[in-house]
Amino acid sequence: MSEASDLEQRFEDKIAADERIEPKDWMPDAYRKNLIRQMSQHAHSEVIGMQPEGNWLTRAPTLERKSVLLAKIQDEAGHGLYLYSATETLGVTREELVAALHEGRAKYASIFNYPSLTWADIGAIGWLVDGAAIVNQISLQRTSYGPYARAMVRICKEESFHQRQGYQIMVRLAEGSEAQKQMAQDALNRWWWPSLMMFGPHDGESAHSAQSMLWKIKRMSNDDGRQKFVDQTVPQADIIDLTVPDPDLKWNEARGHYDFGEINWDEFMQVISGNGPCNRQRLGQHKKAHEEGAWVREAMAAYAKRKAETAHD
Amino acid sequence: MTEVTPLFEVFVRSRRGLDHIHVGSLHAHDAEQALEYARESYIRRGEGVSIWVVESRHIHASQESDVESFYDPMDDKPYRHATHYELPEGVDNM
Ligand SMILES: [Fe+2]
Ligand SMILES: [Fe+2]
Repeated sequence: MSEASDLEQRFEDKIAADERIEPKDWMPDAYRKNLIRQMSQHAHSEVIGMQPEGNWLTRAPTLERKSVLLAKIQDEAGHGLYLYSATETLGVTREELVAALHEGRAKYASIFNYPSLTWADIGAIGWLVDGAAIVNQISLQRTSYGPYARAMVRICKEESFHQRQGYQIMVRLAEGSEAQKQMAQDALNRWWWPSLMMFGPHDGESAHSAQSMLWKIKRMSNDDGRQKFVDQTVPQADIIDLTVPDPDLKWNEARGHYDFGEINWDEFMQVISGNGPCNRQRLGQHKKAHEEGAWVREAMAAYAKRKAETAHD
Repeated sequence: MTEVTPLFEVFVRSRRGLDHIHVGSLHAHDAEQALEYARESYIRRGEGVSIWVVESRHIHASQESDVESFYDPMDDKPYRHATHYELPEGVDNM
């Protein structure tokens, strides 16, 4: 057996045995590339995802709400850090990853290209967007790449607070005045379908899914995740008397799952290819922050250099 | 004067997929030797599947006196915990 196929065999054996692949292990080039794509996209999503929520920081209705939202956004920045660092173990630099985002070569979750129009949107984002992310992230705790799996364990520990604070906003609005309840319903109407889109195309049509499932980078199919999310979320809407905006939604006794309507895939493709309501704004804001922060990075590097020099004197 | 043999900190991963955890330290002249000693000293009974060694002088540690500030944000920010939020009846896990 040649050395290359020997290495490949050992890699495949580890995957088959449900073992984790670690940074210094040999891995196929395509596996590495696939991971860099998925993990950096995940990292970018955490960071870009701060924008729609940050939009409401200065207008949160109470100091308590503001503190909670601030703490949640801070967690998301931390998630970005965990994920970027885990991606860097694959031999790519942070600078390359950020450049790929800025040049449009790397994506982030398309949901963050929707605007947060009212305070209820902050509730809907925590409840639905974090809720959908949790379904996905729980399954990724068993992903085959060790650093990614361990980052997911850390992240999942922090997520349930995110979803609960969002749901609590919805609960309060739903039991409030007619106008408040209407605001909550309107947020659910606008965020429901984009949340279902977060799970990606149908299994048969997903570009990277099949190989990712074989390599156990993905542990749950897009459609299974979506079903799971619908099943757990619909009763939560019922309890607070909000209506999920889907006329085809109904409990299917035989399947033991909810049936639900078809996603508007044209809209999905539009948003993914850069034509969502906020794509330009989100990326523009990220670039601007990056450029305006350049002097801080430069100053810190200069300070470290000076300190090292004086230490040697 | 005798030359001091550098000190290394040893981290062991007990099972694939888990974090490396600090298990102790040892003296060695270089990293290669440190890895060899670590294997002999710390995983004689299959305690691990991977070792990291780091020269001790490269470890920068926080100060004991900083500890209070580590707990601070937890004590006055209970809303960072999921249990801070009461769920309506009928919603069990979230
Ligand atoms: Fe997150
Ligand atoms: Fe989150």
